[in-house]
Amino acid sequence: MMNHPLVKWIDHRLPIITLMNKELNEYPTPRNLNYWWNFGSLAGIILVIMILTGIVLAMQYTPHKDYAFDSVERIMRDVNFGWMLRYIHANGASFFFIVVYIHIFRGLYYGSYKAPRELLWMIGVVILIVMMATAFMGYVLPWGQMSFWGATVITNLFSAVPVFGEAIVTWLWGGFSVDNATLNRFFALHYLLPFVLVAIVVLHLWALHRFGSNNPLGIDAKGPQDKIPFNPYYTIKDAFGLGVCLIFFAWFVFFAPNYLGHPDNYIPANPLSTPAHIVPEWYFLPFYAILRSIDNKLLGVVAMFASIFVLFILPWLDRSPVRSGKFRPIFKLFFWVLVLDCIVLGICGAKPAEGKWLYISRIGTFWYFLHFFVIIPLLGILERPRPLPASISEPVLKAPAE
Amino acid sequence: MKKLIVPAFAAALTLGLSLAPSQQAVAAEGVAVPQQKWSFDGPFGHYDKMELQRGFQVFREVCASCHGLKYIAFRDLAGLGYSPEEIKQMAEDYTITDGPGDDGEMFDRPGKASDRYPDPFPNDKAAAASNGGAIPPDLSLMAKARPDGANYLYALMTGYEDPPADFDLLEGLHYNAYFPGHQIAMPSPLFEDGVTYGDETPATVDQMAHDVTAFLMWAAEPKMEERKETGIKVLIFLVIFTVLLYAAKRRVWRDIH
Ligand code: HEC
Ligand code: HEM
Repeated sequence: MMNHPLVKWIDHRLPIITLMNKELNEYPTPRNLNYWWNFGSLAGIILVIMILTGIVLAMQYTPHKDYAFDSVERIMRDVNFGWMLRYIHANGASFFFIVVYIHIFRGLYYGSYKAPRELLWMIGVVILIVMMATAFMGYVLPWGQMSFWGATVITNLFSAVPVFGEAIVTWLWGGFSVDNATLNRFFALHYLLPFVLVAIVVLHLWALHRFGSNNPLGIDAKGPQDKIPFNPYYTIKDAFGLGVCLIFFAWFVFFAPNYLGHPDNYIPANPLSTPAHIVPEWYFLPFYAILRSIDNKLLGVVAMFASIFVLFILPWLDRSPVRSGKFRPIFKLFFWVLVLDCIVLGICGAKPAEGKWLYISRIGTFWYFLHFFVIIPLLGILERPRPLPASISEPVLKAPAE
Repeated sequence: MKKLIVPAFAAALTLGLSLAPSQQAVAAEGVAVPQQKWSFDGPFGHYDKMELQRGFQVFREVCASCHGLKYIAFRDLAGLGYSPEEIKQMAEDYTITDGPGDDGEMFDRPGKASDRYPDPFPNDKAAAASNGGAIPPDLSLMAKARPDGANYLYALMTGYEDPPADFDLLEGLHYNAYFPGHQIAMPSPLFEDGVTYGDETPATVDQMAHDVTAFLMWAAEPKMEERKETGIKVLIFLVIFTVLLYAAKRRVWRDIH
């Protein structure tokens, strides 16, 4: 193909074929990546699925407070395969977060945020934030009870900003309550942000390809024997991973499409009737728990944002020269405690913020920040890491692959 | 590598399970509802057309005097197994206000297959006025709009009983064991032999509650059979495809280890 005259003609003037060959085909990749490295490409594919189903949904959806709910029901009942599009889109958002959260914890465990990949990591955190904004606004679009009240609660957080709070909220709403103007702008932004995401993902990959993937040993490649070309090795491995992911995904879409949703969102939005419990989508629950664990509204909001923003400075909080948690026995332990902490916070987020749940979420929040601001910096100084292997190919060649 | 797949799935599962509380939190306000057997349960679940027809009869003869079903058009009733003629007949039994006509006035005409199921009340105010201030909600999506929808609906229909001695029941409300707060504005809608089934099924309260619940599940999720059938095919394809990909992966990687 490369030798076809037309291809050569184009490539000479715009070396896009050379670029693709270099970055997708020959691209040298550590030979020892395990299956945790599948989740990046999975996230990219889900983003594409979300955009494709979203565009088709948008062809039938009406962003007006009097018609939005009906138009979604029309998609479910009268549009050919509309139910499938919508269930793919709604569950796709959940899977997007599952995959990205695993991807992030992979990075945390193997120290992928450390030099020279700090900027790659920070761009990843930006992706997480934009994703959250996109999903939050998407959830408002069907204009059910949870859409409406979720939007009301979350936008109201900004009223905690000193002095300008109320003005900011009015500005966000485009009025004096969550109303048609809010729905309209959320739709406009929900359509826009995924494409912004695509652009940020390109930057993410660009930064990735500068130094290449980290690997389970966390040591740099010593030479060509440590690397293999991306294609066919990782293309086929990623394809297999995609197959497994799609099996789980299809199970939800076809057999439990509303399991991850909230029943109240099948009740049309009603500004006069507040649901007994307003809960956000599951992927926001840990952050919601942090928000509600603090009595002061402003401090709660600050803590919630800080819980994400702390990731930006993580590369400088962790001073340990060893990347991979494999060689850091104490770090490894605290890593799993953090995973547990996040799950516990998630459960707290779903419970009413009172009694023992409030207690637990306070402990969880405290631990979360303790982990990043105290434990991680201290471990960098105090922990004695285990000896590192001399090169990637050495343990790979000696021990059977893990 | 196998060592890692297991924790990966375990992590995914834990994540999945940790979501369950969000549903339970809501259910927790009411009372745990007893689980019934439904023909539409599980991946191979399907609707029982006779049951749906009986359920529709209960809806039409009992519930429809208070509740709407606005997302269902008469033509949709084909999903219950009715023929186009039967549907046309059924629709013509209803009077629909249409217009304005050429003279600028609204007019009444017999229903058509394309009409939505008519609401019992002209507006919410009228609905509230006739029901002691409570508005009977539209039932089209009810089976999906409550936690554990189908079981809850059945429990609600059969959950009317005498209040405990110390219970303070407000004037005009009715005690129901499963309604959150136990005081509901809807009087018990089902009575033994409240309808006469064409297929001679005895119209007990349990039977009618079961039938009308199945019908409401269908109304909320009319594409469920299509969805599950498609799902089985998609899953079979994906499993085979993924096994092949795994074999291909093993083969490509053979020379690496
Ligand atoms: C006499 C009028 C009337 C009839 C007949 C009636 N309902 Fe209701 N229904 C109501 C009213 C009023 C409410 C609102 C109750 C409340 O909010 O307290 C209601 C509420 C409901 C609810 C919602 C309960 C909840 O969890 O919020 C369901 C489900 C329901 N009805 C089902 C039915 C079914 C099924 C039938 C037929 C078997 C039926 N109703 C017949 C008046 C009626
Ligand atoms: C980052 C990618 C995206 C995410 C995470 C996302 C997330 C969501 C979520 C959570 C919902 C609510 C689903 C529901 O409960 O019904 C939704 C709805 C919707 N989204 Fe997206 N979305 C994405 C991309 C897109 C794109 C690119 C478009 C269109 C161009 C789009 C169009 C829509 C429409 C029209 C709805 C309303 C229909 C419905 O509620 O099912 N989405 N989105």
